[in-house]
Amino acid sequence: MMSWRAIAAVALFAAAPALLAGEIPPDARRSGYAFMGPDTRAMQDDDTSNPGMLFVLDGEALWAKKTGSAAKSCTDCHGDARSSMKGVAARYPAFDKALGRPVTLDQRINLCRANHQQATPLPYESRDLLALSAFIAHQSRGTPITAGDDPQAKPFVEQGRALYMQREGQLNLACTNCHDDNFDKRLAGAPITQAQPTGYPLYRLEWQTLGSLERRLRSCMSGVRAQAYDYGSPELVALELYLMSRAHGLPMETPAVRP
Amino acid sequence: MAALINVPSKAKRGDIVEIRTLTSHIMETGFRHTADGNLVPRNIITSFTCRYNGAEIFRADLFPAIAANPYLSFFAVVKESGKFEFEWIGDNGYSSAASASITVE
Repeated sequence: MMSWRAIAAVALFAAAPALLAGEIPPDARRSGYAFMGPDTRAMQDDDTSNPGMLFVLDGEALWAKKTGSAAKSCTDCHGDARSSMKGVAARYPAFDKALGRPVTLDQRINLCRANHQQATPLPYESRDLLALSAFIAHQSRGTPITAGDDPQAKPFVEQGRALYMQREGQLNLACTNCHDDNFDKRLAGAPITQAQPTGYPLYRLEWQTLGSLERRLRSCMSGVRAQAYDYGSPELVALELYLMSRAHGLPMETPAVRP
Repeated sequence: MAALINVPSKAKRGDIVEIRTLTSHIMETGFRHTADGNLVPRNIITSFTCRYNGAEIFRADLFPAIAANPYLSFFAVVKESGKFEFEWIGDNGYSSAASASITVE
């Protein structure tokens, strides 16, 4: 009886470093683009065949459109997005001093709508919100990701990291079990990627539309049979922040195309 | 609706050029049900046409199996400068148009 316990204890100690050693070194980080086939890559690379660009076009129109009871457009405050929004999405989710917590780009758009345009918030995953965030994030295409560098955001990065490492759902899997320990392998024929959120919002062929990182995280959660966090919940924002900080230095690709 | 058109801006007389079109549409098949069992009505683009200086050079019928945001690419022989006009027609009176010009030397 005692010897079985000893063996179990030894097995636990032996397994523990392997689980913690999962993090990917910076020079080995690869965007999901590197895991795709040549056809899907070509689709993303050509702006006239990338369906995400249709949303960017819509977002450009929305950027200039006056809305809300203040009858102001994004242009009235921010001017030309090509210069004012360059590199902005690479820093999101960003810490908001007034709220004392990080906010995603989608939440920032809705805060702007509420505070400056006196307009109703756009629902999560609505076409208009995705179009605006795609247009804004598109201005950062090629910019290295720097989200999570702000010292005030550190506790939230840590919270996200803890969630990333935490097993959940009926399959009892953590994000790290697939995306740190088993990338480059296959899950039911589909490649397992490193979960680097470089191109959001992105056009997923499976969705037949553009979707946010939160939608992607929620579909992974239902994949491991866990109860997914609500859109905009502090847990999803923290996870998003951790994932962006984990992808530090990788260039933005918005709007990316993924299978 | 938004459309992305790729036609070369210049070509030599008699050249074969590739024309690529992408348009925004949900292409709802009409076979899906909502969570409470109601059928989601079909809403697709049914036809696409391309005219080159007024003459029809390409036409396609589209069906429910075609993905959202249909992408169509085809070739044309260009003999004179002019305009390509594109038109998408679909369910519920849907209609969308775009155009692109080409200079032939």
